[in-house]
Amino acid sequence: MQELSSSFAIALSLIGTLDADLFEIVGLSLRVSLSAVGLSLLIGLPVGAAIAIGRFPGRFSLIVISNSLMGMPPVVVGLLVYLALSRAGPFGVLGLLYTPTAMVIAQTLLITPIIIALARQTIEDLNSEYAEYFASLAIGSGHRVVTLLWEGRYSLLTVGLAGFGRAISEVGAVMIVGGNIDHLTRVMTTAIALETSKGDLELAMALGIILMLLALAVNVLLFFIRPTERFGKNSAPASY
Amino acid sequence: MMPSIRRLPRTLRFFAAVLFCGISAGASAERASIVIQSTTSTANSGLYDYLLPLFEESHDIKVNVVAVGTGQAIRNAMRGDGDILLVHAESDEKQFVADGWGVERFDLMFNDFVLVGPAADPAGLQRADSVSEALKRISLSGVFFASRGDDSGTHKKELALWRSAGIDPSGASGDWYRETGSGMGATLNVAVGMNAYCLTDRATWISFANKQGLKVLYEDDPPLFNQYGITLVDPKKHPHVNVKAGQAFVDWMTGEAGQTAIAGFRRSGQQLFFPNASP
Repeated sequence: MQELSSSFAIALSLIGTLDADLFEIVGLSLRVSLSAVGLSLLIGLPVGAAIAIGRFPGRFSLIVISNSLMGMPPVVVGLLVYLALSRAGPFGVLGLLYTPTAMVIAQTLLITPIIIALARQTIEDLNSEYAEYFASLAIGSGHRVVTLLWEGRYSLLTVGLAGFGRAISEVGAVMIVGGNIDHLTRVMTTAIALETSKGDLELAMALGIILMLLALAVNVLLFFIRPTERFGKNSAPASY
Repeated sequence: MMPSIRRLPRTLRFFAAVLFCGISAGASAERASIVIQSTTSTANSGLYDYLLPLFEESHDIKVNVVAVGTGQAIRNAMRGDGDILLVHAESDEKQFVADGWGVERFDLMFNDFVLVGPAADPAGLQRADSVSEALKRISLSGVFFASRGDDSGTHKKELALWRSAGIDPSGASGDWYRETGSGMGATLNVAVGMNAYCLTDRATWISFANKQGLKVLYEDDPPLFNQYGITLVDPKKHPHVNVKAGQAFVDWMTGEAGQTAIAGFRRSGQQLFFPNASP
C-alpha cells in the first residue's frame, strides 16, 4: 500500500500547484452533476410529493417503479441516452452526443428516480404528522405540497445529497454519452478510468482522493448553510 | 399562511442558479470541430496529446477524440457519431468503405504487436520460433492468457493468430483463457494481476506504467505487423459530417507535416508509430 501515500502526495501537489487540467476536470464534474441534481430536484420533488399525498389509481405501481429504478445501472442509462442522442437515433439531429449537455441528461435520468423515491417517503411521513393540522385549516393539496416541501427541506437536502453522490461518482453513463473527450467531456471519474487503463494507478488513485475531497467539501458546505434552529419534523407549527 | 412559506423565493433562486450552471455547461464554442472515433492505443500512448496541438496550430479546427475499441469505433462511426475513423483492422475498414460508410481508407502508420508475460516465462515463449509456436506453448502450459475479448482491433488480431496456430482457445474460456472484455490497459492490468500472458500493441505496452513483473517475451515476427488506417465518414450516409474539416485532418495526417509529426512522437526514447501513408 505504499502507492497510497504517493497517491496522497500526487493529489496534494496537483491541488497545490493549481493544476489547470485538474481544475477544468473538477469544474466540469461539478457543473454536470450539480446541474443534474438541480434538474432532478425540479422534476423529482413535485412528483414525489404528488405520489406521497395523492390517492389515485396506479399510485402503488409508481412507487414500486420509482423504487426499482433507484437501482438502474449507470451504464444502462448511458446506453439508453447514447441510442437516443446518437446521429442514427431519434434525437440525433440535435447533435448533443459527446457534449456536457448529454452528460447532464444521462445523470438526470439516473438520479431522478432516487429523488422521487426518497422524497416520496420523506413527504409521506411528514404528511401523516401534519394530517390533523392540514385538516383543521382545510388547506388545498397544492398549498399542502408547498408546505410539506418547505417543512421537509432539511430532509430533502439529504435526498439531494444522495442524488449528488450517485451522480458525481458514476462513470458508466458519462463515459458512453460524453466519450471522455479531453478538454470537452472529461470528468473526474472518466479521468480515473483513463489513468487506470494507462497503468498509472498512483495518478488514478490521486484523482480518486481529490474526488472524495470534493464530495466532502460539498457536504460540509451544505451542512453549514443549515441554520442552527431546526425546523422540520420536530417543530410542529405553533397552532398545532 | 405559515411564515416559512414566504421565504420560498430563496430556494427558487437557488434552483435558478443551479439551472444556470446546466445551461452554461451546455454552451459550446462555435469553432469548427470534428470527432474521431479512434482505437485506444493511439490515445492511451499519448499520440493525440502530441499530434493534435500541432494540427490545431495550423488549422482552426477542434479535434475531439473518442477512444474506444476498434469494433466499437466502427459501429459508432456507422451510426454517424464521428467524422473520422482511425483504427487498426484493415479488412474491417475496407468493408466499412465498401458498404458506403466511409469515403476512402488510407494507410496511416504501423507498429507491431508483442506477446508479454511473466518474466520467468513458464511457457517458454522465448524459445519459440514462430508466433504460432508461442501460442501453442501457452495453450499447452495452461498458464493464464489474458484476452481483450472485446471485438477490438487487437482482439481480432489475437483471434486470427490463434486460428493460424490451429488452436481454438474458446474451449478454455474461464480456465487458462481469460477474456476481460475491456480495453488494452485494463487487460494489461489484469495480466499483471494474474501473471498472465497477453497480446498487446507495442505503443500501449511502452507507455503502460504498471508493468510490474511482466516483460516482452515474443516479438519481431511479420504476422505481428499492426497497420493503422484513417477514413473520412461518408457524408452521403451522414450529411452532418464535417467534410471540410474532416478532409483537412485526413490530408494533414497523411501528408508530410502529419507523417513527420507521427515519426517524431517518442515515449521513453522509443518511436511508437511508423508513418507509412502513400504519398
